[in-house]
Amino acid sequence: MGLPTFFGYHRENGRVGVRNHVVILPVDDLSNAASEAVANNIKGVLALPHPYGRLQFGADLELHFRTLIGTGANPNVAAVVVIGIEPGWTQRVVEGIAATGKPVSGFAIELNGDINTIANASRAAQQYLQWASELRRTEHAIEALWVSTKCGESDTTSGCGANPTVGNAFDKLYGAGTTLLFGETSEITGAEHLVAERAGTPEIGRQFLKTWNDYNDFILANKTDDLSDSQPTKGNIIGGLTTIEEKALGNIQKIGQHCLLDGVLEPAQTPTGPGLWFMDSSSAAAEMVTLAAAGGFVVHFFPTGQGNVIGNPILPVIKLTANPRTVRTMGEHVDVDCSGLLQRELTLDGAGDALLDMMYRTANGRLTAAEALGHREFVLTKLYRSA
Amino acid sequence: MIHFVVHGPRDSTGVVVVEGVRAGDALDGWVMDGDHSLTITAVEDIPIGHKLALHAIASGDTIIKYGHDIGRAIADIQAGAHLHVHNVKTKRW
Repeated sequence: MGLPTFFGYHRENGRVGVRNHVVILPVDDLSNAASEAVANNIKGVLALPHPYGRLQFGADLELHFRTLIGTGANPNVAAVVVIGIEPGWTQRVVEGIAATGKPVSGFAIELNGDINTIANASRAAQQYLQWASELRRTEHAIEALWVSTKCGESDTTSGCGANPTVGNAFDKLYGAGTTLLFGETSEITGAEHLVAERAGTPEIGRQFLKTWNDYNDFILANKTDDLSDSQPTKGNIIGGLTTIEEKALGNIQKIGQHCLLDGVLEPAQTPTGPGLWFMDSSSAAAEMVTLAAAGGFVVHFFPTGQGNVIGNPILPVIKLTANPRTVRTMGEHVDVDCSGLLQRELTLDGAGDALLDMMYRTANGRLTAAEALGHREFVLTKLYRSA
Repeated sequence: MIHFVVHGPRDSTGVVVVEGVRAGDALDGWVMDGDHSLTITAVEDIPIGHKLALHAIASGDTIIKYGHDIGRAIADIQAGAHLHVHNVKTKRW
C-alpha cells in the first residue's frame, strides 16, 4: 500500500531521523551538573539529566547502558557529547553510540574536575551543533519512519475513540512496511490472550505470553493489596475506567485490526526488521516513551483520555484525544482532536487519516504540543536496587 | 446528539460521552459495532466517560464490554444506573 514520502535526516547508519538534536548525555547522576552547564554554554544543545548510573549491576546495569546508548544512537540525534564521572563506563557509552557512525565524544570528570570537563565538553558540543545546523532534510519512503505508541491518563473515551484511531493508523502503516511498537506489559492484563492470538508465529505468541506472565508474577510478588489503586490508576478511575480488563481491552485497540505481532523486545531493545513489535515495558508514560526512543523510534502516537501532558526530549510525542472535555480544558496539549468520532461526525478511517496527516507534519518538522510546551520527560527504567 | 456509545451488541454497559447527564434524562446511544441505536433512561447522574448499565445486572454477574469479560458485579445494578468501582470489580489481582 502506498503512503506518501516524508522529509528527514539521513544518518550514517542508514536510519532516518525527524529531529536534529545534539545531546549532552550524562552517564550517571554525578555528571548532570556538568552536562547542564554545557547546555547552558552552548545554545541549542540538549542535556538529558537523570538520577541513575552508579552501582547498578546485572540486568539492571545492562538496561541502563542499553537505554543511554539507544538514546544517543536514535536517528533524531545528530551528535552526542557523553559525560561521566569516570572514564570506563563513559567510554562504553561512547563506543556504543559510535557504532552508528555518528559523531560522539566522551569526557570523564575524575582527574579533571567539573570546570575543565565543562570547558572541553563545551568545545566539542559547539562544533557538533554548528556541524548539525548545516544538515538538511531529504525525502524518504515511509518504510524509514519508525512509529511507537503508548497511551496515558486513559479513560473510557480512549478505548472508544483515540486508541482505535491509533489502531487505524497502525493498520495503514503496517501495510506500508513500517516498523511499529507498542508495550505497557501490565496494561495488557485482561487482553493478553487477544494479543497472543495476533502473533505472526506460535513461537512469537509463546514469547509474548512468557513476557506477560513474568511481569504479572513480578507484580503479584510485590503487590501490597490487589493493585486496584495502581492499575487502573486513580486518574483512570476518575475518568470512568473500572477494571484492568476494561483498560487493557481499550489499550489494545491501538494495535488495530490487521497488524500481526512480529516480535517481542526486551526494554530498550532495537527491532531487527519491519512489522509490529511488543516491548516489555512499564505502563508509566515517561518510562515507556523513553524506552521506545532508546529502541530507535522517531515518532510517537500518544492517545489520552483525561489529558496526560507527557513529552520526550528526543522523540516527538503526538497527542490525540476523543474526550471533548479534555479538548475544551487542555486544548494546548492536544495535537489531534478526534472527539468527533463519539458523535459520529468523524469516521474511524477519517480519524486515522487525520492522525497520519499530523504524523507527516510532525515528521517534516512541525513541533508537537509537548515540544512547544517544553515537555522533556527522560525517565530511565530501573529494574531493582543498586548494590 | 449521541449521549452514550456501546462497543458491541453483547455489551452490558455503555460509555457516557457528553457532560451533564442527570437522573431521569432519556439518553440516545449508539452501538458502534453494527451501527444501530438505542435509548435508555439514566437513573442517576453520570459523569462524562463513566458507564451506565444497559440492563439489570445481578451481583456476581460478569460485565461484558468490547464483547469481553471486564469483571464482575459486586452489587445488583439497575438498568440506567452508574456502573463503576462501587459496584464492579476486576477478576484479576
